[in-house]
Amino acid sequence: MANKISDETIEYVGILAKLDLSDEEKEAAKKDMGRMLDYIDMLNQLDTEGVEPMSHVFPVHNVFREDVVTNGDDRENMLANAPEQRDGAFVVPRTVE
Amino acid sequence: MSKQYETVIGLEVHVELATKTKIFCSCSTAFGGEPNTHTCPVCTGMPGSLPVLNKQVVEYALAVGLAVNCQINQHCKFDRKNYFYPDNPQNYQISQLYLPICHDGFVEIETEAGKKKIRIHEIHMEEDAGKLIHDEWGDCSLVDYNRSGVPLIEIVSEPDMRSAEEVIAYLEKLRMTIQYLGASDCKLQEGSMRADVNLSVREAGSAEFGTRTEMKNLNSFRAIARAIEGERERQIDLLESGKPVVQETRRWDDNKGISRAMRSKEDAQDYRYFPDPDLVPVEISDEWIERVRSAQPEMREDKIARYQSQMGLPAYDAQILTSSKHLADIFEETAAICGQPKEVSNWLMVEGMRLAKEKEMDVDEISFSPENLARLIGLVERNVINRTVAKEVFEEIFSSNADPESYVEEHGLKVVNDQGQLRKVIEEILEANPQSVQDFKNGKEKAAGFIVGQTMRAMKGKADPAVVNQLVKELLSQA
Amino acid sequence: MSIVDLTALQLGKEIQAGNLTAVDAAEAALEQIRRAEPQIGAFVTVDEEGVLKQARKVQKQIEAGELKGPLAGVPAAIKDNLCISGMRTTCSSRILSSFVPTYTAEAVRKLEKAGAVILGKTNMDEFAMGSTTETSAFGITRNPWNPDHVPGGSSGGSCAAVAANECFYALGSDTGGSIRQPSSFCGVTGIKPTYGTVSRYGLVAYGSSLDQIGPIAKNVSDCAAILETISAYDRKDSTSIRRDDTDFTSALTEDVRGLRIGIPRDYFGEGLDPEVRDSIMKAVKVLTDKGAVAEEFDLSLVEYAIPAYYVIASAEASSNLSRFDGVKYGYRAEHYEGLHDMYKKSRSEGFGPEVKRRIMLGSFVLSSGYYDAYYLKALRTKALIKAAFDKAFARFDVIAAPASPSTAPKIGESLKDPIQMYLGDIYTISVNLAGLPGMTVPCGLDSKGLPIGLQLIGDCFQEKKIIRAAYAYEQSREYQSPPMARKLSGESAAVSGGRCEKGADCQ
Repeated sequence: MANKISDETIEYVGILAKLDLSDEEKEAAKKDMGRMLDYIDMLNQLDTEGVEPMSHVFPVHNVFREDVVTNGDDRENMLANAPEQRDGAFVVPRTVE
Repeated sequence: MSKQYETVIGLEVHVELATKTKIFCSCSTAFGGEPNTHTCPVCTGMPGSLPVLNKQVVEYALAVGLAVNCQINQHCKFDRKNYFYPDNPQNYQISQLYLPICHDGFVEIETEAGKKKIRIHEIHMEEDAGKLIHDEWGDCSLVDYNRSGVPLIEIVSEPDMRSAEEVIAYLEKLRMTIQYLGASDCKLQEGSMRADVNLSVREAGSAEFGTRTEMKNLNSFRAIARAIEGERERQIDLLESGKPVVQETRRWDDNKGISRAMRSKEDAQDYRYFPDPDLVPVEISDEWIERVRSAQPEMREDKIARYQSQMGLPAYDAQILTSSKHLADIFEETAAICGQPKEVSNWLMVEGMRLAKEKEMDVDEISFSPENLARLIGLVERNVINRTVAKEVFEEIFSSNADPESYVEEHGLKVVNDQGQLRKVIEEILEANPQSVQDFKNGKEKAAGFIVGQTMRAMKGKADPAVVNQLVKELLSQA
Repeated sequence: MSIVDLTALQLGKEIQAGNLTAVDAAEAALEQIRRAEPQIGAFVTVDEEGVLKQARKVQKQIEAGELKGPLAGVPAAIKDNLCISGMRTTCSSRILSSFVPTYTAEAVRKLEKAGAVILGKTNMDEFAMGSTTETSAFGITRNPWNPDHVPGGSSGGSCAAVAANECFYALGSDTGGSIRQPSSFCGVTGIKPTYGTVSRYGLVAYGSSLDQIGPIAKNVSDCAAILETISAYDRKDSTSIRRDDTDFTSALTEDVRGLRIGIPRDYFGEGLDPEVRDSIMKAVKVLTDKGAVAEEFDLSLVEYAIPAYYVIASAEASSNLSRFDGVKYGYRAEHYEGLHDMYKKSRSEGFGPEVKRRIMLGSFVLSSGYYDAYYLKALRTKALIKAAFDKAFARFDVIAAPASPSTAPKIGESLKDPIQMYLGDIYTISVNLAGLPGMTVPCGLDSKGLPIGLQLIGDCFQEKKIIRAAYAYEQSREYQSPPMARKLSGESAAVSGGRCEKGADCQ
């Protein structure tokens, strides 16, 4: 495998992605990601010099909304699926000490 | 301290735009609703919801950019900034990194040291985060997404400032410009304008920048000045004791007067920006730019000049009246109605400022209608009331937007010009004060003044002092 | 022939004619679901009570003359990544196992307005990540043609439900082939329209720049009618496209004279099952016999589509799926210490292995130092792939190709090697990268009795050309139901010549 994924990389990507992998999963992830990146490296054979990266397939632009309030109070619906709620708000573990 | 140090400061200023709706959904941006009452699937990050850009956000961002001499990216895009935090419902913020709407501008500031240009690196559009309310007792926080998706522009300066004074001057300049454009009310206390300070120190004369830190949570000009002082000293202390300055984000605690690093293992600060596939690019035509440019309202400098040249105000008045767009608006509207700019200026500058100070109000909170002030000036001009009464009426206008005409009517405050009535009152007073009459006859002119005063008091200020003066003298000499 | 053997349009006609009611149709579909589900497992949620209530309401509207469309009263199934207000929407993931949206996807709203009766939500690969419907957190779906084989994916539940006569049509979503490949494996017809044709509002995003919703049904006419119903500009989706040529049923003609068909040599080389190749070539022959002109050509860049796709789709997915964090909805871990631990545990327990694999890859390719090398490189590759198609469509009206290198693999075979599974998407993925319309129509069975699909690819906004070609081809063969579906529906309500026979439950 050309792409050796280190423990640190898996650890780091886990922090970015907020995924807590078991040791077994980490080993698998190292292998999977390495193989995938080897495969993706195939793109390096392709000369893309001077090619503009294409985010949108169609040249659609300037899609706007007018600045008019049309939404009312929809709190009940927004909170309907909350794992934990109180006083009309979503509850999360304390964010500051 | 043996060495001389120079402070290098750059600012990231967030300004909440004055749109009615959020940047990507049709929820209200109004302040003060119950938690989560201004939310929808888009601004709470529900699965399957999609953002649609509010055109007014682009208009405001363009207006600000043009006013601070920026170049416009006529092809601009939105990017996602990925990080996990509960105030950010999608766990990415829609912002602009690669092609922000404005770049390479500047504003000119003036401090005691003179004029100076502060360069603006870029201005980008983005969405605000929700609010976290920390439970005082439990171990949880409450999330309110009413502010989530409120449109912001972030104005990023170059590291061109060297002192707190320059920073304040820069912020004042931005605030004034943006307020004049009507793009935001720019209130630091309410958070509609927020500044993060990037600061480093270096030995005087050095060409290299030192390592910088970013200071957050600065809610007032005073806090900004104190934080700059504090951080400058902290960094110099580190350097003096041979320790390195760590590049980090610090949170300023204005009560304690210290800052603390916000670092944590979980903050990788790797935002993985990429173009938001849910939004399409914004193309800004030359025509669009021209339209915004030509719709640009008169800015402060132009107003100051015009107030002096066309309205005949002294430079000092022009400065004070334009120090708030709101005040300038009241001034102009009132002057337009009554045609007496100097008179309007006097009322606003003397009585208006006095009352605002007394009531601990911001001038932006003054809320009476220009019509009422214009009517008051008319009443004085036509001699319907005298100045003493007028001050009382002005207070009523100032505090409750009273209609001066009906107020004067209801309270019987009109000047009494009925000579018969006045004569009767003066005669009664002369009768009650034979000593004063005697004094006058003995050549004590002052005695007349006393009688005038007594008359005015008896008339509760409603008499025309000139008329009273004349009548008192006449009656005294006849007595 | 029983009610459930009818196509959507045939049923709609019977209902409009008053020979059948929406309630009859709903009951027949529910009965077929009850019989087939133990073997197939196509549904995550069937809302039995709701279905009959909807059907009664729709029937009233039909009788009142308020609903006159061809789909009024016809029962449909919806892939479980499309939100329906009040109906559980799981994306076949544990993390959304109890999520009940309070809003409805625009495409479903369009169907509801046309009088569709929604039977329930169909199984899929978790968050549409997979090609077999085996990554669902709610168990696998089996192929109605052979229960030992997968139905394909990720819209495997929708395609299996249509094939097994459990619904008259279904909606799926296609990010890299997720409508076309399972349609091929299940012997049904599916269309992935041009990007932007159907609103994505309410579709739980996987790869936002690639995702499109499309119809899955028993034949081309049904698909054209459904697509016509759900295609519309939507202000809520900024990538939605205004077009005035969505009268797709107007393309249902047999005339393919002069139609130029391109056969990409690169799609017929190594790795393609010879039985599949022969079947596709036979189908092309049917079209040329009717006057179409076929020619081989080199499309080029085919091998680069998969790596480019996995970079782009994974990157977008890593960001799209970050909203599943246990704060606003969905699964929250029971035990955690503090905020970040809550995030990590909820996500790690809530997502399955394939989803985690793609989130990890996507986070990595976007991370500091790799963005240019991977993400921008992939976007540049995408531009080149689009240009290659532009060149091809200067010469051809449609491209004919297989939908997959083989017929449906056995259950359990594909997950062993992710890259091998990804390679199975080689003929479908570039269509998404280039935003093109593509569809599959069944074109035969292999020696194992498993269906083979003919994929037809059109230029942007040229759905009508592929619909015309597909329709013309379809006239050459009868629609074939899998034997199990025929067997099951033979036991249920029967209809013949528009009149109910004995045992049928129609008043």
